[in-house]
Amino acid sequence: MLYLTRKAEFSASHYYHNPALTPEENHRVFGKCNNPNGHGHNYTLEVTVKGEVDPRSGFVVDLKQLKEVMHREVLDAMDHRFLNKEVPEFLHQIPTTENIAIAIWQRLASKLERAKLHRVRVYETPDLFVDFYGEA
Amino acid sequence: MKAHLSRRYLFSASHRLHSDAMSEEENQSTYGKCNNPFGHGHNYTVEITVSGPVDQQTGMVCNLVDLDAFVEREVLARYGHENLNTLPEFAQEVPTTENLCIQIYEIVHRGFPHAHLERVRLEETMMNSFEYAG
Repeated sequence: MLYLTRKAEFSASHYYHNPALTPEENHRVFGKCNNPNGHGHNYTLEVTVKGEVDPRSGFVVDLKQLKEVMHREVLDAMDHRFLNKEVPEFLHQIPTTENIAIAIWQRLASKLERAKLHRVRVYETPDLFVDFYGEA
Repeated sequence: MKAHLSRRYLFSASHRLHSDAMSEEENQSTYGKCNNPFGHGHNYTVEITVSGPVDQQTGMVCNLVDLDAFVEREVLARYGHENLNTLPEFAQEVPTTENLCIQIYEIVHRGFPHAHLERVRLEETMMNSFEYAG
């Protein structure tokens, strides 16, 4: 079994707000991330896939295909977007780094052909990142 | 859905690697320049990984405000700008980065109630790091 990781970057804005909470509770739980006009990050996405090396090509996965899927499913949807207003998953769900990692996993998992998705890592900043392994 | 959240923090501290159980020559041959009697310092980076179900209401594994406050109070304030050899936990134990990593793991494991601690990764320099997962 081999693991292969591909990185990509995207920039987006978001804010944290739960309509089920009062304004005071929102402010207490989410602090400055609750600013309704939003703020942005340069996100780094790392997608790790696993599989056996194909004896004919020597590849675990066709990197070109992986890059295309990442661009089509993730970057085209999230890069230079206001996540709360423009990405369907976040119309009714808070776009925390945790939920972004889960949404990216769900967008990618069924679209990969040969390799199996192992991990989605999303860096919100170099000092804060979330790993999702598809665990329930 | 279970996710892992990792956060990195910086602190600077000094130490000297020296074991009372060894002779001067053994200390020298084991620890080399790290055995210099006056000690030396590092900029440490500690990476803390916690895990848990993503809370439906907040979208979070745990609130970073809680994690930051805990690490600031219990880890960074304890070790930042200190000589590690003068601290009680290193009175009998050599303050290698391995042992410091274990100490930090124990502090977070014992005291942080808001998420499950997966591992502590401690970078002594950009070129070496240590991980402890209990």
